[in-house]
Amino acid sequence: MNTPLLPLVVAVPLLLGALLVSLEHSRRLRTALLLGPSAAAVAAGGWLIAETRDGTVLVHNVGLWPDGIAIPFVADAFSSLMVTATAVLTLVCSAFAVSTGTARARYFPALVLFLSAGVYGALLTADLFNLFVFIEVMLLPSYGMLAMTGGLNRLGAGRLYVAVNLLTSTVFLAGVALIYGVAGTVNMGELAGAAHESPLVAIAAGVCLLALSVKAAVVPVHGWLTRTYPATSPAVTALFSGLHTKVAIYAIYRMYAVLFDGDQRYLWIGLVVFSATMVVGVIGAVGQDTTRSILVFHMISQIGYILIGVALFTPLGLMAGIFYLVHNMVAKTSLFLSTGAIEHAYGHSRLDRLGGLARREPLLAVVFIGAALSLAGLPPFSGFVAKLTLALAIVEEGQWAVLVAAIAVSLITLMSMLKIWGTVFWGPKPDDTDEAAGTGTGIATDEPLGTPAARTAPDSGAAAAGRSAGTAPVSVAEATEAGAEPRDDEGTRPRVRPGLLAPALVLTVLTLALGLGAEAMLDLSTQAAQNLLDTSSYVEAVIGR
Amino acid sequence: MTLALSVGVLAAGGVYLVLQRGMVRIVLGFVLLSHAVNLLLMSAGVTARREPPLMDTADPATAADPLPQAFVLTAIVIAFSITIYMLTLAVTRDEDDPEDAGTEPGAEPGTEPVGPSEERA
Repeated sequence: MNTPLLPLVVAVPLLLGALLVSLEHSRRLRTALLLGPSAAAVAAGGWLIAETRDGTVLVHNVGLWPDGIAIPFVADAFSSLMVTATAVLTLVCSAFAVSTGTARARYFPALVLFLSAGVYGALLTADLFNLFVFIEVMLLPSYGMLAMTGGLNRLGAGRLYVAVNLLTSTVFLAGVALIYGVAGTVNMGELAGAAHESPLVAIAAGVCLLALSVKAAVVPVHGWLTRTYPATSPAVTALFSGLHTKVAIYAIYRMYAVLFDGDQRYLWIGLVVFSATMVVGVIGAVGQDTTRSILVFHMISQIGYILIGVALFTPLGLMAGIFYLVHNMVAKTSLFLSTGAIEHAYGHSRLDRLGGLARREPLLAVVFIGAALSLAGLPPFSGFVAKLTLALAIVEEGQWAVLVAAIAVSLITLMSMLKIWGTVFWGPKPDDTDEAAGTGTGIATDEPLGTPAARTAPDSGAAAAGRSAGTAPVSVAEATEAGAEPRDDEGTRPRVRPGLLAPALVLTVLTLALGLGAEAMLDLSTQAAQNLLDTSSYVEAVIGR
Repeated sequence: MTLALSVGVLAAGGVYLVLQRGMVRIVLGFVLLSHAVNLLLMSAGVTARREPPLMDTADPATAADPLPQAFVLTAIVIAFSITIYMLTLAVTRDEDDPEDAGTEPGAEPGTEPVGPSEERA
């Protein structure tokens, strides 16, 4: 079915982003143009899902060139689902960035729009070279956002991030060149099953899959992610975690389904590598001491779970993988946003300097524990359905070792979430010195650089407050910088504003809704898996025969 | 054969430079690597000299394949912009890597003057 509206999903954010760059003064207009297009994209995603949920494949050939020559945009159930999830996350993370003030940076709204346009393009294109271009469109604003916001070591992290991503993009491009060299086309429709039939194409496509695995942070090529994500601002980490690696995962699913036709010969590689990803990620999280770095390591472990779906390549496995992908985007981003709210209000996210937040921030605690239990896979949240269907799919294939790994990793995930819960929310409140030090340093000074100075300065501040015994702690209030509210006498008033909390709350409610109303989502995932298993309608739509 | 050798030499040089310390060398390494991939893209089409692939004037049997050329053009633009960005990151290098051997081999670790990024933070 030909739909001329399809490229608009990509073109509108791109053009509005270009417009935003030229708007200088009106911050309100910039905020409106940041949130508006994402809200429109949610609506567009809903429309795409409604159109494709019965297995229809929407297609548009840009410039109305004939089929096979044109650059096609294609939407089937899987890509529609991903577009919608991406739009929701972009909207929620943008709202969070507005309330933390990250969005106040002049080019931030424009960069977010370019980023989302790149993601939509990568999800909708059916041309491997265009996939490369859209991944670059997605990455270029990210380079800027990573280095623009965040702690002191953001430039070092930005350098690492650019280097790794440029290297993998170059490898991906080499893979595309090899595919063109041996197959004579980069159109996914014409390449359907080519890697299944010809080992040459399989090697060339393997180069592409290798590059995508680095971008998806699969073990053993995951090290860049854990080094870079904690260095930027919480809003940007949340946005990246929801979009970047997930686009790579989507591309792995799509390429393996279309190019390899789900070739059974290579599945064992996936099972081994992705199981290792689950295990290594969760073990890495055990040794971390800030909430954000724990969550980043869990991200890697969850990527292993999602990709197990494609490594099984059964109807149930793919369905479980797709459901898991959407669940993970929602739950993980919710966790990043709720801990990001803590980080913004309290100035840091170190486990040893936070405590007693369950009493002080009851609603935030509920939002966090909901998403945390969802991540660990407890009912009634979506994580339970995702893990249950995935476990059933693994049992169906008789991969007992993978099943043991998946369940063990779930337990360690739960343990890790309880570690955050036990210290940050239920743990004893750290004494005044530490809390004041944490507040004084603010977000900007991260880790060792800020610590010695911060230790000494608020020490005297707290001592002065102690001397004045009960009167307003003026010196401590002066020490609070970075936009945090002054600490009151009791220290019991919530410090996280409703505006900071709302984005995470929305996503936790969404993960609960996905868990309670899993039926509808499972139907959609089943349809998406069906489109991957039987690519004939996709191919027919792309090349028109 | 010449093309294959060039790709090999460029890729080897690029990988060697990317593995060095110093941001400027890494950037130069990426320049070499992207040249290697561009040549690889060119070699995916027909490399012999052929007619310009213009509609209605060239016979498809003797015309060059325009697609790899378009790919290379796009890839050059992207690689160029990222190179500029990386060079920007290279000149804002400061306290975060005291062992950076990129520009001043004689400079002692930890004695660099206060740079722009530290002032901003």
